[in-house]
Amino acid sequence: MRNAWVLFWAIIKGGLITARHFFVNLWFHFLRLIGFKKFRPGAVTIQYPEQTRPIPSRYRAAHRLVKRPDGKPRCVACQMCVTVCPSECIIVEAAEDPDPEVQKIPSRFEIDLTRCCFCGFCVEACPEDAIRMDTKKIDIAARARNDLVWNLDDLL
Amino acid sequence: MSPGLVLLIKIVVVLAWFVVLALLLTWVERKQSAVMQDRIGANRAKILGLRMFGLFQPFADAIKMMFKEDFVPPFADKTLHTAAPFLSFFFTGVAITAIPFGPPLHLGRMVLTLQVYDGSAALLFLLAMLSLGLYGILVAGWASGNRWGLIGSMRGAAQLISYEVGLGLALVGVIMVYPSLRLSEVVSAQGGLLFGFLPRWGIVLQPLGFCIFFVAAVAETKRVPFDLPEGESEIIGFSTEYGGLKWGLFMLTDFMEIIVMAALMTTLYFGGWQLPWLASDGVHWPWGGHWAMAGGLVAALQIIGFQVKIAFFCWLQILIRWTYPRIRYDQLMDMGWKALIPLGALNILGTGLLLGLK
Repeated sequence: MRNAWVLFWAIIKGGLITARHFFVNLWFHFLRLIGFKKFRPGAVTIQYPEQTRPIPSRYRAAHRLVKRPDGKPRCVACQMCVTVCPSECIIVEAAEDPDPEVQKIPSRFEIDLTRCCFCGFCVEACPEDAIRMDTKKIDIAARARNDLVWNLDDLL
Repeated sequence: MSPGLVLLIKIVVVLAWFVVLALLLTWVERKQSAVMQDRIGANRAKILGLRMFGLFQPFADAIKMMFKEDFVPPFADKTLHTAAPFLSFFFTGVAITAIPFGPPLHLGRMVLTLQVYDGSAALLFLLAMLSLGLYGILVAGWASGNRWGLIGSMRGAAQLISYEVGLGLALVGVIMVYPSLRLSEVVSAQGGLLFGFLPRWGIVLQPLGFCIFFVAAVAETKRVPFDLPEGESEIIGFSTEYGGLKWGLFMLTDFMEIIVMAALMTTLYFGGWQLPWLASDGVHWPWGGHWAMAGGLVAALQIIGFQVKIAFFCWLQILIRWTYPRIRYDQLMDMGWKALIPLGALNILGTGLLLGLK
């Protein structure tokens, strides 16, 4: 019999908890509606396309290639990122650069984002700090698979 | 006006009220559950840039359902498969006619009762219609030719039998206290006072009966703590083979059942359209004051009071649906047969003893 009362009380308590959430949240929604903005919002929802949550500074988002002051990529086509990439989604082909200080420049640099796992190893491996993932671009989407294979122009 | 025309107008008004409120409840359910769970809920449907807190969502849903394929699986019985949602809808829609919405209005020489069907056995009629509503579900599961559907409808039938008895026994207590099956008489009998200050409402005279009735009524609506016929996460239930508007009709019936149950709870246990201490000539405070009011104002207050009570019980049922997890099938049977029926019998016994002693 005592057990039944415990059960009954637990059922009532559950209802009271959800009812409390309802009324408290409704009250804060109402305050917002009539213009009091300094209280907490009535919901924890972030309405995504209009609002985004703040992206941390070390967040690994879409890649970019860093440029030299003259606009050419810093990349020296050393193939380090290609070697370290666990998804094997980077293709780099080298060409000769007229500047004797640079010697090599990528003639083709492709990242297949459909295969990339955003581990950031390429960024870690790069000796020239030429590839970074600090664009904070997280909504990477396309209608065709080919649009997700980014070449030198997309990455610069 | 001829009585037939009055009846027709009443039927149209009540049906419109019923369906609009059910549509509104789909929105209320989404928004209320969202607010309970610290979310926002559906708010994207808009007309001309006007969002109105997502109030257009029911219309967006209806348009979506209309444009879905009206699919009947090849192994289903086409006639019955199509008829099932309409059966369900019809019986629930008919059940609301027995509810009195307000006091009888005196318009000139004419007396207008705000009730479509004021039969001498209106309560039995209402219960019969609510039970017949199960046929929609049984036929849906059976005619689909799908095993999950059949399991769902069989569960629905077993659940109905185990709850209907408890519901009936709880109602016997009400019938003993207000000796009538005519719902308008039950409501007007609740207008008096007990010990000079307590309104003679069903909840005061039949507290145990109300608890039994409430649990059984929530079970009757086949929603979450007792949604075994549907059981979305285990069997998909009787509506497995339904889509588009036919499924929408089942969902609308669900919300209509909530309204019927809220109206029945209000009518039997919370005074119907009666408000505490409000008589036809104004408020009589129990400590002895009297605020005179015009008859029209009193009637308006009572009609609004009835709607507010219904809204509260709809709110409560949605709160229950979004709070408790589904209980297991054997637990449900245990509760029906081993708790509600003995308690209902006890309630009848106690009521009888008290009535005999008085």
